[in-house]
Amino acid sequence: MENQSKKELMLGNKAVARGLYEAGVCFISSYPGTPSTEITEEAAKYDEIYCEWAPNEKVAMEASFGASLTGRRAFCGQKHVGLNVAADPLYTMSYTGVNAGLVIGVADDAGMHSSQNEQDSRHHAIAAKVPMLEPSDSAEALEFTKKAFEISERFDTPVLLKMCTRVAHSQSLVEPGERNVPVKEYEKNIAKYVMMPGNAIRRHPIVEQRTRDLIEFAETSDLNRVEMGDTSLGIITASTSYQYVKEVFGDKASVLKLGIANPLPEKLIRDFAAKVDKLVVVEELDPIIENHVKTLGIEVSGKDIFPLEGEFSQNLVAAKLGCEVPETKSIDAVIPPRPPVMCAGCPHRGMFYTLKQNKCTVLGDIGCYTLGAVAPLGAIETTLCMGASIGAVHGFNKIKGKESESKTVAVIGDSTFMHSGMTGLANVAYNQSNSTVIILDNSITGMTGHQQNPTTGYNIKGDPAGKIDLEALCRAMGFNRVAVTDPYDLAQTDKVLKEELAAEEPSVIISRRPCALLKYVKHKAPLKVNTDKCVGCKSCMRIGCPAISIKNGQASVDTTLCVGCGVCSQLCHFDALEAGKEA
Amino acid sequence: MKTKNIMIVGVGGQGSLLASKLLGHLLMSQGYDVKVSEVHGMSQRGGSVVTYVRYGDKVYSPVIDKGEADFIVSFEALEAARWLPFLKEDGVIVTNTQQIDPMPVITGAMEYPEDIIGKMKATGLKVDALDCLKLAEEAGSSKAVNVVLLGRLSHYFDISDEDWDASLSAIVPARFLEMNRKAFRLGKNA
Repeated sequence: MENQSKKELMLGNKAVARGLYEAGVCFISSYPGTPSTEITEEAAKYDEIYCEWAPNEKVAMEASFGASLTGRRAFCGQKHVGLNVAADPLYTMSYTGVNAGLVIGVADDAGMHSSQNEQDSRHHAIAAKVPMLEPSDSAEALEFTKKAFEISERFDTPVLLKMCTRVAHSQSLVEPGERNVPVKEYEKNIAKYVMMPGNAIRRHPIVEQRTRDLIEFAETSDLNRVEMGDTSLGIITASTSYQYVKEVFGDKASVLKLGIANPLPEKLIRDFAAKVDKLVVVEELDPIIENHVKTLGIEVSGKDIFPLEGEFSQNLVAAKLGCEVPETKSIDAVIPPRPPVMCAGCPHRGMFYTLKQNKCTVLGDIGCYTLGAVAPLGAIETTLCMGASIGAVHGFNKIKGKESESKTVAVIGDSTFMHSGMTGLANVAYNQSNSTVIILDNSITGMTGHQQNPTTGYNIKGDPAGKIDLEALCRAMGFNRVAVTDPYDLAQTDKVLKEELAAEEPSVIISRRPCALLKYVKHKAPLKVNTDKCVGCKSCMRIGCPAISIKNGQASVDTTLCVGCGVCSQLCHFDALEAGKEA
Repeated sequence: MKTKNIMIVGVGGQGSLLASKLLGHLLMSQGYDVKVSEVHGMSQRGGSVVTYVRYGDKVYSPVIDKGEADFIVSFEALEAARWLPFLKEDGVIVTNTQQIDPMPVITGAMEYPEDIIGKMKATGLKVDALDCLKLAEEAGSSKAVNVVLLGRLSHYFDISDEDWDASLSAIVPARFLEMNRKAFRLGKNA
């Protein structure tokens, strides 16, 4: 065993943050998104790096571009779907190039642990014609991050660093190094940085030449490596799939591991293919390496045996390539699933219950509150992408008119509203649909693990920051009707909802109550069931609170979960759910 | 040494993070290559959660697959049953007997299986079940279920008490150390 004295067990995302520190990065602007969030959170712990949460990924990327122009290395991080939002600046930054190194972190989520789709962000690298590196563990996450900056400056291009859930959220050993800060100067260069047609026409051939240069680089770079073993089977692989391949085959197969996902080498692949009897590509999601190999005229297997969907694993690789898979045993009973649920005391619950009672059509958005679609609330009817609830409610109401205006709403969280809900609201204000938009303001970005946003009044370090006033913002857009309700108060919430749905003009309801998991939120004592009063009618069960269940025919409150929000007690016709005694 | 596999399973919010942190620290201190894989994001909201801990001379995959786990440490009985197919033929599952109803059971759409521990034992796999919540409360906090489980797990390892304690001291905040030491002992001697 090697000397591990200097080694640390480190999360992949934290290793990227360490790489950013060591590469001398001075500026980071990101938007949170699982599985990318910890990169920026961990980087923010280094005082030497300026870090911020931007309102969305597009703004974050543009801010990082500005920082790179000044001559300081910069980074922006996001999840795969976030890169769609930032695709606009990315595709043209490919033309302008950078000044100091600019690296863009993007984390894919094969298996959709916490995402609305399973897109493969390697397509963005190909389409934007920018290089992409793909680490397979924490040590590579650190090393590749640093190399990405060298490539960025050497080839004058933004570089994508692609993580995936298993690399981002796995810990493995890394050896931290020293920080070194390269510094450049900003120079005005209109022909390079002003992408009007006359200039862009001259930049495009530079982009194409750069790709040719990068292919040459990929042929010999140590980011791509050959591990020769038994030559009866040759496997081309990358990212976490490499780990599964090595787990199954060790040196019983030869492996070409590609650390550069774009552009892909040609000669390296031809040489490797020539040395093995049978060639297979093992890659999650889309057949990008496989299609490249095929365009080289080389016979190869890939998606004819491996799935396009979901995460891989060692058993999957073993089974698909004809190796043995262990036997398993299971119990003789149906095991109920345990899907994620809204937490006990979640402020969204009261609003969703009220929407359900009013038989509303609810167009939803991205956040914890998407769980409002789950039984027994089953309140949300659409979830598409960040900000889509407001865009969609406008179109829905424009076509259905009065029939839907009085019962259709958009629900969107505070952070998602700042991300891309504002422009949808501008459309409602401008093109005047009689829509009701509910901003679920829980004073934090919840689902990704409590990040600050422009409405919370604090920055990424928890220091006081600018605070956007949601009511004033909506009024400034032209909304005469902006109502605020506390979702823990069901009667008030019901009254406000009915009023705004009945109104003959567009309106905004701000449903305001901080996330129950926030450290500063004081919880009340857990409720107690008065067993003399409870008749077991299950009225309290209609809100789907994980703290309430029926035991022996009566309601039972799990005191380890209940935060005393009291929403359930407002549903009880027998006053059986009583306030607990404060400890 | 061939790579060994430990899975930690439970319900989001039960404190499995500390358990994997402690195991990671302990196994690194023994000189092993270690990988730990966690789940973040949506699944944490009260859903079924799993953490993989792997160690050996050289660890490749960060995850553990069906039929591969040498040990499963389960914070809850239904979760133990759910992940049982991941246990090796000669593996051991150490489980808390506590039952936490999932939403389909709460809403009455499905039933929590009866005698779940008995059904697990009937598979012929080695099941070590104990009431960790009771022992944790005896130690001083219901939150110490994780350390009770680790104490029980330590039975099956050829690692000294001093080394376990060194990792416990490194991971647990000083003011909770004595309580956790008690929880560890109670689990170990249960």
